[in-house]
Amino acid sequence: MTHPRPAPPKSAPKVLTGSGAILKSLELLGVKDVFGLPGGAIIPFYDELMQQDEIRHILVRHEQGAGHAAEGYASSTGKVGVALATSGPGATNLVTAIADAFMDSVPMVAITGQVFSHLMGTDAFQEADISGITMPITKHSFLVTRPEDVPRVLQEAFHIASTGRPGPVLVDVTKDAQQNSAPFIWPERIELPGYRPVTKAHGKQIVAAAELLIAAERPILYVGGGTIRSRASEEVLRLAELSGAPVVTTLMARGAFPDSHKQHLGMPGMHGTVPAVLGLQESDLIISLGARFDDRVTGKVSEFAPAAKIVHIDIDPAEISKIRTADVPIVGDVGAVVNDLIEAYAERSEAGTASQEAWWQRLDELRERFPLGFTPPSDGLLSPEHVIERIGALTGPEAIYAAGVGQHQMWAAQFIKYERPNSFLNSGGAGTMGYAVPAAMGAKVAEPERTVWAIDGDGCFQMTNQELATATLNNIPIKVAIINNSSLGMVRQWQNLFYDGRYSFTDLETGHGQKMVPDFVKLGEAYGALSIRVTKEEEVDDAIELALKTNDRPVVIDFIVSADSMVWPMVPQGVSNSFVQYAKDHSPEWEEE
Amino acid sequence: MSHVLSLLVEDKPGLLTRVAGLFARRGFNIESLAVGKTEVPGLSRITVVVDVEDLPLEQVTKQLNKLVNVVKIVELDPGASVQREHLLIKVRVDAGTRAQVLEIINLFRARAVDVTTDALVIEVTGDTAKCQALVKLLEPFGIKEIAQSGLLAIGRGSKSISERALRH
Repeated sequence: MTHPRPAPPKSAPKVLTGSGAILKSLELLGVKDVFGLPGGAIIPFYDELMQQDEIRHILVRHEQGAGHAAEGYASSTGKVGVALATSGPGATNLVTAIADAFMDSVPMVAITGQVFSHLMGTDAFQEADISGITMPITKHSFLVTRPEDVPRVLQEAFHIASTGRPGPVLVDVTKDAQQNSAPFIWPERIELPGYRPVTKAHGKQIVAAAELLIAAERPILYVGGGTIRSRASEEVLRLAELSGAPVVTTLMARGAFPDSHKQHLGMPGMHGTVPAVLGLQESDLIISLGARFDDRVTGKVSEFAPAAKIVHIDIDPAEISKIRTADVPIVGDVGAVVNDLIEAYAERSEAGTASQEAWWQRLDELRERFPLGFTPPSDGLLSPEHVIERIGALTGPEAIYAAGVGQHQMWAAQFIKYERPNSFLNSGGAGTMGYAVPAAMGAKVAEPERTVWAIDGDGCFQMTNQELATATLNNIPIKVAIINNSSLGMVRQWQNLFYDGRYSFTDLETGHGQKMVPDFVKLGEAYGALSIRVTKEEEVDDAIELALKTNDRPVVIDFIVSADSMVWPMVPQGVSNSFVQYAKDHSPEWEEE
Repeated sequence: MSHVLSLLVEDKPGLLTRVAGLFARRGFNIESLAVGKTEVPGLSRITVVVDVEDLPLEQVTKQLNKLVNVVKIVELDPGASVQREHLLIKVRVDAGTRAQVLEIINLFRARAVDVTTDALVIEVTGDTAKCQALVKLLEPFGIKEIAQSGLLAIGRGSKSISERALRH
């Protein structure tokens, strides 16, 4: 397969060192920012980086931070994020972020130094087989041992990372490949005979999908993260309005469809809204748009949406019928497919469409009876949902919100209102605690004009808060809201509900009446961030306003909240979505029967 | 159920690890594996026999197709392909049994490729059933050692797996 690329200026090829070739290639690929931390095996490239201004390098404090920053950079813009690390432990510290990017289809290129090629395989100092280690968690990986291979490999790496279903690509470059020289030749075409993502779908399947949608009485659009990666929000909005079908947006797709839209039922899944969960469950047609029927969405698969026909649109053929057999499989880019689908639908719907009246009646009734909400905690302490809701309300939809993993992540997905794609960043597939602070930092570098919040937990924050040093020193004024419930809250919630309240090792002692180790305010101050503590509801708005006004340094707000708040609604693991609980021991459907 | 997959792959370092690793982590058992060069420089062919039902097989091939260095995958139906295994079998013999063993291998169109006073090394090529039948007949004499290739397979007729795969 061939892809035209802008050719560099014509002249006799210049001889460059391999590290010079990395730099030149990154420039030609349009890279503006990279995140990393040097070490022995990547010093030659760092030497090049120092002597130029085209590319901004941000020195992190831990390579995992570089990885998540690259993810945040990519997820907030759609551009490829770049992380750098040295060999051995530097590279293995990137592994979590690479795995995270793989699960969430984040376009990312990780460039690692490797020991000299003649030392490889000898258990040399700081040697690790990083391309081997990352094989199961990368879209592809390269090992470069010769300087002449650098331009081609980087071009291929960026192409693979950013096309088809995006994902992380690792490029491991030996130290001799960085030091030795070769003529720099930028290939005019990319030749990857085994890599040909299908973007345009089969016409017959499109017609079949349109006909199902026209005939459906209870259709629903199941919008996944692929809609955001495909930049297909506008197309999906048009399809929704044209067909009048209700819409749900998954955790990875929050913002892909405006929350304010009247056809939007909210997020489906384990902690989805009752209308979204039952909307999928009771539908007769699910049109899946870049979603993958994750177990957190389907609940017990064999009982998921039993009456629904499935139109599954995905650019990755392996996702189609992986979990639930598709009646109409459509391989292609969501945006392109939906455009075709709109056309086919418009042509064929002139003769009329099935009525969705009864369907909407049912859904509206669910919306009215089971709106998303929360009850103040019984211990009278600050409600975490309230804090998060206020952050969203006072900051608005133009901001970027990066969440960690756990209860606060779910609340951030539920109680902040998203109106645009790429505004909610989180670790959906991998569930990586510690994602928020570095991802927010990466997003702020990519989108400096936007306000960027890290909505973090006290557990998550303790995994990656060292990047506050990076943020302060590099003038990256992110705002961190620690939703401090003094525990590993989601685990605690499961222990409460399913383990008879046996709280095994989930108390972190950072909250009310505890030792408060560490003191997050002192910690934030030590890192140069404006740091305050909030314990009462009446202080919440002022604290958020202060954070919004402060743009000369990062902000850390330690919101000490009740440890008793739980995420509701909830579908317990392993049961049908029909058993969604609106609140503890409160299931919407059974109590009527 | 056993399926024979033929993979046309770019001859790149680590390719076999990628393929084998994918089978392992998706929980599929490789029954037999054969790797070698093809008529096209830079392309290798991997023949894999995998024991899997039809639906998971679809998932295996889709996942394999996602490997950047895998150019093409074809499932070879036993009826529409030639399938061969190659075995080297070392059998215990003595003056009394040698003639019997030689008679058996003649019937199987196998060959003795090494002869010593107390052993024969036998070479046999054939489909899985034939090779197994021979091994079974030789067992009573005492099999000392077996070296077995993975299954090789190629489609019948004039079509070639690599013909269309390389069109740019």
